[in-house]
Amino acid sequence: MPEKSGAEILIDTLIEQGVDTVFGYPGGAVLPIYDALFQQTKIRHVLVRHEAGAAHAAEGYARSTGKPGVVLVTSGPGATNAVTGIADAFMDSIPLIVLTGQVATNLIGSDAFQEADTIGITRHCSKHNYLVKDPAELATVVREAFTIATKGRPGPVVIDIPKNVQVATAATDVKRLARTRFTFAGEADYTEINRAVELIANAKAPILYTGGGIINSGPAASEALRELAELTGAPVTSTLMGLGAYPASGEAWLGMLGMHGTYEANMAMNQCDVMVCLGARFDDRVTGRLDAFSPDSIKIHVDIDRSSMNKTVRVDLPIVADVGTAMRQMIDVWKGRKYKKHPLDQWWSRIAGWRAVDCLSYPGSTQEIMPQYAIERLFEATKDKAPIITTEVGQHQMWAAQHFHFDAPNKWLTSGGLGTMGYGLPAAIGAQMGDPNALVIDIAGEASIQMNIQEMATATQYRLPVKVFILNNEWMGMVRQWQELTYESRYSESYSDSLPDFVALAEAYGWKGIRCDDPAKLDDAIAEMLAYDGPVMFDCRVHKTSNCFPMIPSGAAHTDMILSADQVSGTMDDEAKALV
Amino acid sequence: MHIKQELTERHVLTLTVDNEAGTLARIAGMFTSRGYNIDSLTVADISEDHTTSRITIVTKGPPPVIDQIIAQCERLIPVHKVTDLTEAGPHVERELALVKVSSVGDQRVEAMRLADIYRARVIDATINSFIFEITGGPEKIDTFVALMREVGLVEVGRTGIVGLMRGADAS
Repeated sequence: MPEKSGAEILIDTLIEQGVDTVFGYPGGAVLPIYDALFQQTKIRHVLVRHEAGAAHAAEGYARSTGKPGVVLVTSGPGATNAVTGIADAFMDSIPLIVLTGQVATNLIGSDAFQEADTIGITRHCSKHNYLVKDPAELATVVREAFTIATKGRPGPVVIDIPKNVQVATAATDVKRLARTRFTFAGEADYTEINRAVELIANAKAPILYTGGGIINSGPAASEALRELAELTGAPVTSTLMGLGAYPASGEAWLGMLGMHGTYEANMAMNQCDVMVCLGARFDDRVTGRLDAFSPDSIKIHVDIDRSSMNKTVRVDLPIVADVGTAMRQMIDVWKGRKYKKHPLDQWWSRIAGWRAVDCLSYPGSTQEIMPQYAIERLFEATKDKAPIITTEVGQHQMWAAQHFHFDAPNKWLTSGGLGTMGYGLPAAIGAQMGDPNALVIDIAGEASIQMNIQEMATATQYRLPVKVFILNNEWMGMVRQWQELTYESRYSESYSDSLPDFVALAEAYGWKGIRCDDPAKLDDAIAEMLAYDGPVMFDCRVHKTSNCFPMIPSGAAHTDMILSADQVSGTMDDEAKALV
Repeated sequence: MHIKQELTERHVLTLTVDNEAGTLARIAGMFTSRGYNIDSLTVADISEDHTTSRITIVTKGPPPVIDQIIAQCERLIPVHKVTDLTEAGPHVERELALVKVSSVGDQRVEAMRLADIYRARVIDATINSFIFEITGGPEKIDTFVALMREVGLVEVGRTGIVGLMRGADAS
């Protein structure tokens, strides 16, 4: 049997696993892998400008395509720079394979040049990690890593490969004993499904509370959700991560729930009698004050991860299963028993009352572009083009979630759990690599965009026509909003001083730059952005002091929403201040 | 504002895990990173082919936290199985301690007499010291060590407990 180097074995196994795109940045400890990459044609390598960009780009690729994203970075700073993206993928359950170079095995622990304890650093922000000490083990480790990253609750897996292991050779037929005992939740127990269906069928005020698990489960899960909502007649709300699983144009849609969710979604969560949590995890942004969270409902929770059960909210019926499969089972049982859609007229009329509050309305202006208006116009201009939207983190992200509407899964890529500023541009690059013909727009803020702005060069190099739509209000808006609410408007360090000229910056990178500050000219400017066959940075100068409403303030219940700026109080007690 | 404390329970968990580099760090680190307590932890290879280890962890927390601890342990890739011995029913817990005392005259005689009562064995002796080996439940060892303080305790080494379910079945 001929022998191959570790680097060659690695590339062969990646190809075998169906990898066609790798996001990376070369360096000393991965030179053998880069040399092996150079000598093959099946894997495209996308050269980012910072390793954080590689990890987020891989996340964007994974979220939009449903395939695992692959990252390749060097040891030491290469690996540590990628850590934020690994942690982000861990929080949002995104399948990533992160290949990191490491110093040679005989140098590990000697404080060698560009040595970092990558395994130690990533141990608790990855689903699993490996240090491979023998090239004979590489193929098995990589195969196992793909299984772990993609099965069950997805997540990032780190494979740390010392440089001498990349160079050393091994017979390619040597097999490390692969773990065979993996069990991943799949089908739900039918007793539990029957019980769930009975509860839903007998509910007078049910609600489907959906999350990113449905997106992760695949397109069939979104289909099942639509069918389940139709069969049961229950209203549907979603977390930030689950937007698009149920169409925003659907009749049962209440909008997003949680801290910046709609009034109707939060009130319905509070007042429902049966809550069906599907692939969501009762995050603190969703629940608000825990002891006042939906006090009178029976709670059913379908999640693939047992540790999500009863973590923050006690549930009555936990079902550990793949959410798509479980919904399909519920549909089968519902149909099998010939249940009829419950007349939920009273429930829907209460919901109509909450809807009438029109919580997403905002003061208009003919002088300035209101940020919400900018998102609305962007949505109107692009809704027929099935755009993929990425975001950074902050007010713009919440406005996008509120005012941009998604009818399909895998079109909304945002950093939910970790809340990583600088996510959107590289994620857009990754999504554009996954689908070169898609319209990909990063809705950004002027502060967030600067956190990974170097990736503009990556878009230029690969001729990726991504659009960056900056809601520029010259503030770290969400920080300022909290300072207004909690710290009597003491704006400590939240002003975006010394901003670059974004149009000039765009041109410096070979992009097109557009600036607009006039609501009357906004539609034309957006049309100009969309018509340009290349990357565009759009500096949308918006009203500077708008805040994002509705809002459940820190430590408050769903029923205590602030609907508009005039309801804002100046300070909070220490209990509320201590919450994130 | 003051930090709130919750009532806690003591639980003994046993974990069957892959015997590979980093498994212990993964488990111990998970406890630290999620803010769980470890009162004691023992680990040793238990399989004929050296592929599997058994870890016994004594932890404290309110019941929902104990439930989370078990779920979080199960989520780790090298963990095959987690058993909550405290929850599972009748079980035995044993710990071994080495206790060094240094004393002369009446105190030395008393130390020897107490050791006999507690069925501790002498495994090292000099003219003015003993090392006792004692096994038992943690309370017995606590009591023995407390008594030895009165008669010249020098130092103690304890293993932390290991435990098994009573009866014929594996836990």
